[in-house]
Amino acid sequence: MINAIRNSNLVYSFVRDISAMAGALLLVIFIFCALFAPVLAPMDPYDLMTVELSNSLMAPAWMDTGSISFPLGTDDQGRGILSTILFGLRTSLMVGFSVVVISSILGIVFGMIGGYYGGILDAFIMRTADTVFAFSTTLLAILLLGIFQSRNIWTVVFAICIAGWVKYARTIRGSVLEVKENAYVTAAKASGAKDFRILFKHVLPNALPPIFVLMAVDLAVVIMLEATLSFLGVGVPITEPSLGMMIAIGKNYIYAGMWWMVLFPGMTLILLVVAINLFSDWLRDEMNPRLALRS
Amino acid sequence: MVLLAVSFICFLIFRFTGDPVLMLAGKYATQQEREQVRVAYGLDRPFYVQYANFLGNALKGNFGKSYISQVDALDTILERFPATFELALTAIFISLAAGVLLGVVVSIKPNGIVSRIIMAGSLGGISIPTFLMGILWVMLFAVYLEWLPPFGRGETVQIGPWRTGFLTFDGLAHIIMPALTLSGYQLAVILRLTRAGMREVLSEEYIKTAWSKGLSPFTVIVKHALRNVLIPVVTIAGLSFGELIAFSIVTESIFQWPGMGNLLLVSIFETDHPVIVTYIMMAACIILFINIMVDLLYAWLNPKIQYN
Repeated sequence: MINAIRNSNLVYSFVRDISAMAGALLLVIFIFCALFAPVLAPMDPYDLMTVELSNSLMAPAWMDTGSISFPLGTDDQGRGILSTILFGLRTSLMVGFSVVVISSILGIVFGMIGGYYGGILDAFIMRTADTVFAFSTTLLAILLLGIFQSRNIWTVVFAICIAGWVKYARTIRGSVLEVKENAYVTAAKASGAKDFRILFKHVLPNALPPIFVLMAVDLAVVIMLEATLSFLGVGVPITEPSLGMMIAIGKNYIYAGMWWMVLFPGMTLILLVVAINLFSDWLRDEMNPRLALRS
Repeated sequence: MVLLAVSFICFLIFRFTGDPVLMLAGKYATQQEREQVRVAYGLDRPFYVQYANFLGNALKGNFGKSYISQVDALDTILERFPATFELALTAIFISLAAGVLLGVVVSIKPNGIVSRIIMAGSLGGISIPTFLMGILWVMLFAVYLEWLPPFGRGETVQIGPWRTGFLTFDGLAHIIMPALTLSGYQLAVILRLTRAGMREVLSEEYIKTAWSKGLSPFTVIVKHALRNVLIPVVTIAGLSFGELIAFSIVTESIFQWPGMGNLLLVSIFETDHPVIVTYIMMAACIILFINIMVDLLYAWLNPKIQYN
């Protein structure tokens, strides 16, 4: 019952917030494009049968040297920019969602164990977390990927998760420490509930809201990080489509005036991140009671 | 303690990812040649002996020689240090000065047209990844307007061991775009922190008292409000130093800046382990040092906190 009211409040404020709606709509469109990339894209940019070198470096369709079969032009290998963007979105979103899910689970588990049991285990986990945090996610991911010899999408996900679980662990640990003191946890303990049951049934649900906010914010950060890593050449391999890599390739041609190889994937990336940020801004305001009281 | 852990992890990585012998001797070396290389680099000894050697040498500042250039790895990196340091310093200066200033402006008139433009800009600063921002700067200022040089460090002056780009016009022109790029993200973060802090502080009782005493707006805002806001801002700026190092790698790669970050990327592509490990150890030292400094600064700024 209480949950239902809460939810309807959420829906109500969501419908009233235009920027949150716009962000969510844009995000849904991007996800749709990524899911149906093979159908929507004019060509498969990584199918060697359809890529022709003679089509390379073509301008967008509305310019003199453009062609209608490549609406946004082509890159140096003759791949259509539009098609590569659509396939690149898949990589971005796949890495983004996988990292957010995996690192939040890792963070929740470590944070709960640390917060609930305390002691040496807690100290060890938190010191590790401090160290990882001091290095920063970006730096750690670059260094880890620099060391791995073989790279694919999953090594990128792995590296970002190793570097990224810390914020979740800290947040959840804080909540657990707070929730742990409540009478209902003591009651559950007194009635003989197992630690596992207490953690997942009583502690976790009350510690989750800030985690959702963090996940939404993190999604944008991870997508930017993947693009950055691919741009640097330590991200997904050249055989996979990626917005970051498209921009890295296009960078070599900006002095020749071929702006479309950078600008289109760049704009896509920015729009995607802005969409997620608009949505997560709303979510944060909604789930943070301190802010809600003030406004 | 942390350094020891980092060094151990570095060593593990160094030892177990790929076979350095294969790298050093080349793919077509005979078995005998490989053995020679193994012995020459001490790679035939047991694991713990290797680690002890590595640690002992590291304490003496000897991280081994670059596999590629055969030059001392620490020297190679230290030679690149001034370039990165000058870039980072300029970027920190820009992001602190502009971030705090704009944050104060926005918090004074939250609904004015200027504030709205600044806030929209800061959303952009957070939503545009550093590397893309850098390329967009290049496209605008170097390719279309042709005002600024697109890459390199320009003319430099050698003062003792330090090679500086601050003393020539050419060097200064070269540092503008990289520094702007590197400062972008932190600027947006500092702006938002300052704004949030100011909004909170400006509604406090003591600020109302200050206003009602008839103090000038400058005194109230800068002396009474900003002081309290700066503590968390400086802390966050200091603690995100690792991020700054990470983005310096990105920035240096875009602008072909001859710094440590660029060296790291080249070493990664050449699997030059000694240089990578030295870089990691050095980054760890710098980050640790900054963290300690921030802690001390924090205690100094806020006498309420005491370390026993």
